[in-house]
Order: sequence, then C-alpha cells, then structure tokens
Amino acid sequence: MTRVFVPIDSAALSVGAGEVAAAIAGEAERRGLDVIQVRTGSRGAMWLEPLVEAETGAGRVAFGPVRAADVAGLFDAGFLDGGAHRLALGLTEEIPWLKRQQRLTFARCGVTDPLSLDDYRTHGGLVGLKRARTMAPGDIVEEVVASGLRGRGGAGFPTGVKWRTVLEAAAECKYIVCNADEGDSGTFADRLLMEGDPFLLIEGMAIAGAAVGATTGYVYIRSEYPAAFATVKAAIAIARSAGLLGGAFDMEARLGAGAYICGEETSLLESLEGRRGQVRPRPPLPAHHGLFGAPTAVNNVMTLAAIPWILTHGGAAYAGFGLGRSRGTLTLQLAGNIARGGLFETAFGLTLREAIFEIGGGTASGRPLRAVQVGGPLGAYFPESLLDTRLDYEAMLAAGGMLGHGGVVVFDDTVDLARQARFAMEFCALESCGKCTPCRIGAVRGVETIDRIVAGADRARDIAMLKDLCMLMTDGSLCALGGLTPYPVLSALTHFPEDFDRPAR
Amino acid sequence: MSVDIGSGARIPGSGRVAWDEALAGEIVARGAARPGALLPILHALQEAFGYIDRQALPIVAEGLNISKAEVFGVASFYHDFKVAPGGAHVLKICRAEACQSMGAEDLVRRLEARRGLRIGETTADGRLTLEAVYCLGNCALSPAAMLDGALIGRLDAARLDAIVEGRAG
Repeated sequence: MTRVFVPIDSAALSVGAGEVAAAIAGEAERRGLDVIQVRTGSRGAMWLEPLVEAETGAGRVAFGPVRAADVAGLFDAGFLDGGAHRLALGLTEEIPWLKRQQRLTFARCGVTDPLSLDDYRTHGGLVGLKRARTMAPGDIVEEVVASGLRGRGGAGFPTGVKWRTVLEAAAECKYIVCNADEGDSGTFADRLLMEGDPFLLIEGMAIAGAAVGATTGYVYIRSEYPAAFATVKAAIAIARSAGLLGGAFDMEARLGAGAYICGEETSLLESLEGRRGQVRPRPPLPAHHGLFGAPTAVNNVMTLAAIPWILTHGGAAYAGFGLGRSRGTLTLQLAGNIARGGLFETAFGLTLREAIFEIGGGTASGRPLRAVQVGGPLGAYFPESLLDTRLDYEAMLAAGGMLGHGGVVVFDDTVDLARQARFAMEFCALESCGKCTPCRIGAVRGVETIDRIVAGADRARDIAMLKDLCMLMTDGSLCALGGLTPYPVLSALTHFPEDFDRPAR
Repeated sequence: MSVDIGSGARIPGSGRVAWDEALAGEIVARGAARPGALLPILHALQEAFGYIDRQALPIVAEGLNISKAEVFGVASFYHDFKVAPGGAHVLKICRAEACQSMGAEDLVRRLEARRGLRIGETTADGRLTLEAVYCLGNCALSPAAMLDGALIGRLDAARLDAIVEGRAG
C-alpha cells in the first residue's frame, strides 16, 4: 500500500487538483495498485499546484505542477517509489522554496488531512491548549505578551496587551471573535490555514477563551470563502464531539455576506449582531464593549493560529524569531504577477527585493517589475527603488507604506498607476459603509478628481485638489478604509507622477 | 444553517425553489433563536430561493421582532443579497489588484466587446449571471473567478468563453 497526498485546498482545486485525484484513483485501479489517497491542505507553493506527493521509504517525494493528463505517465515512471519524471521535485522537505521557510504557523498545512484530529495530535497539536488549561488566565496572557506577537491582520497591535484588557474587564460574559474576513487583495493566508489546518485555529481560540475568561467564540468568515467556511464548520463539529469544545469554551462559524468593510473589527461586530456592517466610533474599545456589548477579543486568523505554538514552546521561544519590534514569523503572501507565488512563512527580516526576486522569482510575465503593492488595497504602491525596504511593521511604515496582512502584489511595466489610484478610490466608494462623510463622499470625489487629472484640463489644480482631499480623508475618516485609501493614491502620485501626466486620453 | 427545501417547486438547473411563503416562514422559525440571527436567516433564504423576495421582509421582521426597515436595511447593505432572481449559474470574476496585475480587466473588457455581456448582467437564456468580486483569496493563481462556489485559477479567455457558452465548469 502506498499513500499519495493530493491537496483539497480550493486554490489547488482551482487549477485541477480534483481532476488529478480522480485520475490517480482511476489509474491505480486500472493497474491493480494499492494506493490510498490522503487529501491534504496546500503547502502554499501555489506555483507548483497541483502538487502531488508519494510516500516512500526515504520520505515524501513531490511532483508538480501535475495535470490529469500527466497521471498515466507518472505511474509509468514509477512515481509511487519516487521514480524519475520531468515533474519530479525530489523530497518535498528539500524543495528549496519550502526548505528556506520557518514554518511555525503553517507547520502542518499541506502535510496532514485537515479534518483528521488524529493527524493534528500526531503532529504536535493540542499541546498548547492542554498546557493553557493548567495555567492561570493571567499567566497565559503574560506568555503571549512575552512572545511579542502583534496582530497579524494588519494593525499590528500587541496581542497580549489586548488580551490583558479583556481579562481585566469585569463581566459575566465575554467573547472571542476571530476576524476571518480576509478581504485584502493579495492575501490568502487565512483561507489557506482554515482549509488546511482548521484545528489550529480552534485550538488558538480555545486558548484565547481560557486566557481572557470567555466561554463563547465566533469565527466570522467571508462568504467568498465557501470552502473555508465548510471546513471550519466541520472541524468545529469534530472538535465538539471529541470533547475539545462544548465545556469551558464553545464556538461557531458565521458567514459574512460580501462586504469588505466587515474586515474592520467594529463593522464585523455589527454584522455578527445582525446589522448593517457600519463602523462604530471608538472608544469604547471592543475589548471593553464589543460583541453584544460584552468585552471581546477580536483577533485575526493568523494571530490566533500563532497562539498554540507560543503556548507549546513558550513566549520567549517565539520572540527568538524576528527582529526589533517585529517578533516571530511573517506569513508572507506573494501574489499577482509573480513567477513563484504562494504562502511563505519565515522570521521577520526579509526585504521586499529578497521576497520578490529570490523567493518569488520575479514577474510571471517575464517583463520588468514596475510597482508593488504591499498590505492590500489600502497599502502603498512602491517603485523598484524602495524594494530594499525590510518587510516589518516599522520599516514599511517608515518608507511610507504598511505591512498589513503581509500580502505583496507585483505588477509589471504594463501597469498604469493613475488607473490603480483611480481604482483605489473607486473601491473605497464601492465598499464604504457610509457612516462617515470623508469616506462616503470623499471616495466618489476622488474618482472624479483623478478622472479630471487624466483628462488634463488643469492638472496642477486637480492634483492639488486630490492631495487636499486625501488629507481630509486621512484625518477625518472613522476607520482605516477612508483613512488609508490615500496611501495607494498618494504613493502612486508620488512615485509614478509620469502616469498622471500623459497626453489626455 | 443548512436549508431543507423539501417539496418546494424546484427551478430546473439551479438547485433552487420558487418563492414559497410557508417555506420562508419555516426558515425564519428555525433560525430565529440564535444570537445575531438576521444574517444567517438571510443567507438561508437566498440559498433556498436564489434571492431575497420582498415578501420575505415582513416574515423575517416578525420572526425576529424587528422592523421591516431594519431587515431591508441589512439585506440591501451586503453585496451578497439579491432582490431578484439571477441566472441559474453565477460566475464571479475577481477584479481586485492581484487579478488586475494578471490581466483580469482585459478578460472583462473582452467579454463585453465580444458578447455584449457586462458585469451584473445575465445571459439572454437566463443561464448565467456575471458578477464582479473583489478578491477570492487565490491571488497567487490570478486571474481568479468562482463558478457557483467553485474556485477557478489562471483564468484565460478560452476557459472564460467555455464557461459563458456552457461548455465547461
């Protein structure tokens, strides 16, 4: 009997992993071979998907990207024993793109069956929760403080400090809310993890509950991720029947409904309560007055998924990765026009240039790189000259950008930055919750102003107007949507002025 | 919540049923007790009927003891909830930055120019509705799309044509 691993992750399925799995099953039967397929998450090397692995005496060997039409040839080449084939990649663990990573959060993703609790246990799962349940809540919080973990959703707020605030809030009922409304273009780490290792998120939430004294948790998953929603829901049911949930802490997965703004934590809370996803003014902070008015820890998927490792190995061990005020690992997502895109987890410290060229292999189109957007639609556009910026919270901020959720979108030289700036405003207008005027009206005016700049009647006047409008949006908006939309707009204008100064179209 | 559409009148090829007041009432009753029940109920209604019928608003309002205006306000806030039935199948094309960087806008423009099918429209035979979406989390395999909930990566013109013509999933 040979075990073969084929991802069931929706990105892998999107390029044919389902057809490959069916072909392997059919071919094995035709040849009378005893093959057992394990459907795993994705290892995150999207450029190699569908990535098929066979278990051999020497370890798991990989082949990719495999198409259904390649399967018969793979059997002919004896791939079950690691036979030579043009798609052979050698031992999976030795693939340089994977070997170079330091996978703390994604250690199991792509390795195990996402819905096998036995797999999860065998690969080091539940050790952190077991330890946490023997600790005093305050000690769990201090362990997280010591780790230096900062919110990986984008804001970078110290997680331990947030938890301490919720722990210290006196209330009978408290909540853990997981923000799985991963709407930023260029980011997919949350989806990958929820589909590939959902028990890790559940364990992280259960630990969070023990730390702050919350008995109920919600995972708010965007509706654009139906597979992640189904997997997390199934994993919750499995965890509950295994007795991991239901006693001291229980949780539920809820589905968003297509609103980017619900990634903003107060909008998310409104949405969970069954209302329009409109931003709440702060204060009060959700840590004091959150879901249904109760103290609530709202954390991103990546943040909560880092917790079990921290409780297993200790806060100091986690803080041993990274540098400066960016401790632990960065779950980098290489996206867009990039040759070797995917999820790459490593200690903080990489520069953008290393990430894009050494790891990502440059553009997918083979054309010169012209711009990079880091941190989603609210992140700045960087020119080639800023690529030596380190990918950490402080360095990105100092360079006029932001790290956000760690998504890097690469554009080649066919990109028009005036069009990208216009899109940023258009997107803000489309997704504005409407609560505050600078965002609701400003974004619409922003689109009109950029159109006038491109039309070229009086560029100097209109550029001054755009800058003024951006200042107003930055200073006057209630939340990050209106407040940060000026980042992509002004960075495009600053670094790529020539795109705003072409002959009128 | 999962929806049991039971004996409702099925609409061929779509997995949905025609508007049915009794079924809507059941869906609301089943979901009303949960905290923050409105979104799950609206999802369940849309899953059953393919859209949120106007006639559902008072039923939901009564079931949750809130005003019709509140129900309408929520239903109209979120992009997912439709006020009218769409095509039997829905193709969402991602138009966010990562997909833009790989030519998604060219695909959209080509569809418009060659077939006169615009984002938000349904084919004349009612088979396919075309929608825009802003990020499907498949940004390393752009351009991305989603057909009836199934993710598509490295979308190209040939694949798009096949989907629009009903030749491929």
